[in-house]
Amino acid sequence: MKILVPVKRVIDANIRVRVKADNTGVETANVKMAMNPFCEIAVEEALRLKEAGNAEEVIVVCVGPEKSAETIRTGLAMGADRGVHVATDERLEPLVIAKILKVVAEKEGTDLVILGKQSIDDDNNQTGQMLAAIMGRPLGSYISKIESSDGGFAITREIDAGLESLKITSPAVVTADLRLNEPRYASLPNIMKAKKKPIEVMSPEDLGVEVKNRTNVVRVDEPPAREAGIMVSSASELVDKLKNEAKVI
Amino acid sequence: MSVLVIAEHDNSQLFPSTLNTVAAASKINSEVDVLVAGSDCGDIAAQCAKIAGVGKVLCADAPTYANEITENTAALVKAHVSNYSHVLAPASTFGKALIPYTAALCDVQAISDISEVVSEDTFVRPIYAGNALQTVQSSDSVKMITVRTTAFELADAESGSAEVITVEDFGATDWVQFVDQNLSQSERPELTSAKVVVSGGRGMQNGDNFAMLEKLADNLGGAVGASRAAVDAGFVPNDYQVGQTGKVVAPDLYLAVGISGAIQHLAGMKDSKVIVAINNDEEAPIFQVSDYGWNEDLFVAVPALQAELESN
Ligand SMILES: Cc1cc2nc3c(=O)[nH]c(=O)nc-3n(C[C@H](O)[C@H](O)[C@H](O)COP(=O)(O)OP(=O)(O)OC[C@H]3O[C@@H](n4cnc5c(N)ncnc54)[C@H](O)[C@@H]3O)c2cc1C
Ligand SMILES: Cc1cc2nc3c(=O)[nH]c(=O)nc-3n(C[C@H](O)[C@H](O)[C@H](O)COP(=O)(O)OP(=O)(O)OC[C@H]3O[C@@H](n4cnc5c(N)ncnc54)[C@H](O)[C@@H]3O)c2cc1C
Repeated sequence: MKILVPVKRVIDANIRVRVKADNTGVETANVKMAMNPFCEIAVEEALRLKEAGNAEEVIVVCVGPEKSAETIRTGLAMGADRGVHVATDERLEPLVIAKILKVVAEKEGTDLVILGKQSIDDDNNQTGQMLAAIMGRPLGSYISKIESSDGGFAITREIDAGLESLKITSPAVVTADLRLNEPRYASLPNIMKAKKKPIEVMSPEDLGVEVKNRTNVVRVDEPPAREAGIMVSSASELVDKLKNEAKVI
Repeated sequence: MSVLVIAEHDNSQLFPSTLNTVAAASKINSEVDVLVAGSDCGDIAAQCAKIAGVGKVLCADAPTYANEITENTAALVKAHVSNYSHVLAPASTFGKALIPYTAALCDVQAISDISEVVSEDTFVRPIYAGNALQTVQSSDSVKMITVRTTAFELADAESGSAEVITVEDFGATDWVQFVDQNLSQSERPELTSAKVVVSGGRGMQNGDNFAMLEKLADNLGGAVGASRAAVDAGFVPNDYQVGQTGKVVAPDLYLAVGISGAIQHLAGMKDSKVIVAINNDEEAPIFQVSDYGWNEDLFVAVPALQAELESN
């Protein structure tokens, strides 16, 4: 089995983002970037499937500007075998990303694509679902468990009401939720080894995908700020405030 | 053309998220239809017919739709999409899986988690864990949208009188086989629509200590939530998680107990009307967004609060 893991480069989860003064987006200059945490979980799961003897090769792919190569290297340092970099400076929507990933997955002949369920920057939570739809492959969204079973996969999904188990056929597209695993850190020797692993670079045009967005960002604003209130020092004071001042109980 | 809302339900109950989604739809266009896909879901369709502002209820009642298999519901929605300018579903795990999948089948770029309708093609949505608000305009002929339900009121569930139309079953996929569900059983109100939410974090130390919060929630008629750290540590199940990548809540009262206030947690609760934090670290960031902060050991504060509420 060959596994493809799409990984995205995002602003590090620990950074507090700032909206740009001209309201066109958020400040990204000189801001620490990292692999999207859900993509780390996706890479980890692919590696575990490989280590358990269920897969032969793990390929990481990133669509994005030149610097995205760093994110691919992170995946290679974790243990992925090789990288694909679809280089573009354009802002791409999930549907376009999904169309690009489809061509890559088909070219590579992958049996399983594991994506993150959501990017922590744009928070779209769309790409995996879209990829499954346009590839005509079963979707396992928000998975917290995956096992090979009867030529397909047995998965558990995190849904709002609890957990759901499904069996899906192979090839498939799944998206990783938080509790799927705890991703490993890349060891120094593996970081060194990753420098020699191949990354193939191509453009969306090479893949025959037209880059055409359907949405336009009109503006980006700071959300209304919440002010800190007061401190209380006893249960009676708190209950009094909630009853008589805030009137919520 | 009118707006189609996909109802969220479990065949026995219509979820309030459907009412919030109808309210959002009504801000786009006064003509709103509702699609109910389920099995033995006649009662659900009848309830949807009573929602104020709903013109027609399309009801697909078949074993195909007994469980929410994304592929099956998406094929059904796609079959009806040509009659609509917009398709809306709640931004729950149900809607978040369904809408992008259906949109891609229709070659449409979906719009996730809207918190405001600016016009029929322009919407506001939170990005970066709610640290920025993006206004986005769509040029697609059909707009496919998930709705942040806490940002919209509940449509009136009693005053409507829509007609119910039976629609065809579009067949089940062979790719996906439902096995089972392991759902949290609770007598308490559902987290995302509760008026009061009592949440615990890593400071709770273990699952047994959550009993204190359950008691408090029961006294206040509320639900119990948790931070990711509490879920990851196994104190409570995954469906308790509030935050950027869990559930979004906006109750009248949110009580955060032993929760530090990481941005990912705030993303799921900072639109609550009143926030109370109990934390023994006076520097905890949660205090910066709290209306009432209490810098105290939770093992002292929670029992004291419980006693005070009981004596009142
Ligand atoms: C309105 C709008 C504004 C945008 N503005 C910018 C911008 O200012 N700068 C900019 O660089 N981009 C911008 N983009 C592109 C954007 O960053 C995303 O790459 C794209 O929209 C996917 O959305 P998401 O990351 O929220 O997807 P999600 O659906 O949340 O991502 C889920 C998963 O899909 C996979 N995935 C997503 N994107 C990629 C990728 N690029 N390569 C490989 N795998 C991927 C990952 O596995 C990820 O975990 C914008 C997109 C939109 C729609
Ligand atoms: C990709 C990603 C997604 C995430 N999504 C979410 C999400 O959806 N929801 C979420 O919540 N988090 C999420 N997180 C995690 C988030 O960053 C924090 O790690 C998490 O919210 C911390 O949980 P906590 O506040 O319970 O724990 P901690 O940060 O460890 O805080 C515990 C608090 O309890 C207090 N405390 C300890 N003992 C006591 C006591 N006896 N009495 C009173 N107070 C006490 C401490 O002072 C401390 O402030 C996400 C992180 C990432 C990277």
